[in-house]
Amino acid sequence: MSLLAFFGWLGDTPWSVDLHESQYAYAIIESIHVWTMAVFFGLVVMFDLRLLGVIMRKVPVSEVLERLLPWTIAGFVLMVITGLLLFYAIPVRSFQNLFFRGKMILMVLAGLNVWLFHSRVYLRVVARDGDGVPPRAARIAGACSLVLWIGIVMSGRMIAYNWFDCDRQPQTAMINFLTSCFPEAGP
Amino acid sequence: MSSLELFQWFYATPIAETIRNSTWLFPVIEAFHLLGLGLTVGSVLLVELRLLGVGLSRQPVAQLAASAEPLLIGGLTLSFLTGIPLFLSESIKAYYSFAFWIKMISLFLALLFTFTIRRRLTRTDLTAERPRLGRAMAIVSLSLWFGVAWGGRWIGFS
Repeated sequence: MSLLAFFGWLGDTPWSVDLHESQYAYAIIESIHVWTMAVFFGLVVMFDLRLLGVIMRKVPVSEVLERLLPWTIAGFVLMVITGLLLFYAIPVRSFQNLFFRGKMILMVLAGLNVWLFHSRVYLRVVARDGDGVPPRAARIAGACSLVLWIGIVMSGRMIAYNWFDCDRQPQTAMINFLTSCFPEAGP
Repeated sequence: MSSLELFQWFYATPIAETIRNSTWLFPVIEAFHLLGLGLTVGSVLLVELRLLGVGLSRQPVAQLAASAEPLLIGGLTLSFLTGIPLFLSESIKAYYSFAFWIKMISLFLALLFTFTIRRRLTRTDLTAERPRLGRAMAIVSLSLWFGVAWGGRWIGFS
């Protein structure tokens, strides 16, 4: 079974149809997704700016991380749960949406950045915890995080638009390739 | 001029027409508007969490507020610069939207509260002696900003 066929099956499950056709549930889930995004993204920006040595230079990096992380994680968890539900409501269309695919790639990169930061960079930052401006590697991680999350928020917003969607032909061969769309075979 | 006529005039401005005639201008401006929202919420939360006694609770309120203020101003500036053209382009829809007016009233109150009472109190460390006052202030502030976020999101559904 291909991924596309699997998402086709998923989209035909009763709960997915209910969610898709609901008057309020979808809107409420999407609202929670945006609000928790604001909490998560806002706090990530604060931490990244601390890593870049732009704000709160007198506060040790480890303190900023430890004290803000629980709230950031809370925002992240709600964001992921609501995000999965939004995907579940319209799986095929999301899976074939160009912006959705871009967003997923950026999220993998952002995850990689978090992993590299915590496994390779963080101990070095803590060793110089009091420094107003953290070491270069930490600043690079902070800048990457900022750029990636800005890209994720913006591409997330764009998923709502169907400019490159499979059911809107003709598209260029490149777009159809990037969205796994085979118009002659039907979406 | 009635307020509806004023909103019709907004709707007819060249900038509003340019946005309406473009496929991608509205979405792109809106994506930047979302970034403005995120930056605003982050810089508000940094201080509000502290006032609630969580988050960066070991730091003096005045120092955190001073760190956060330029970011708050930056977040609000980005939100206004993008929000005004978005509003112009659909001002007639906004006029008839309940959510829009909730957002504007909440925004007015949030700005008023933030730049008068909250600013004055967070410049001192008064809330350290009176943590209840700090908590009350944080709850008022977060509620008002949530009104803005609720209205903002709901304009799109109405």
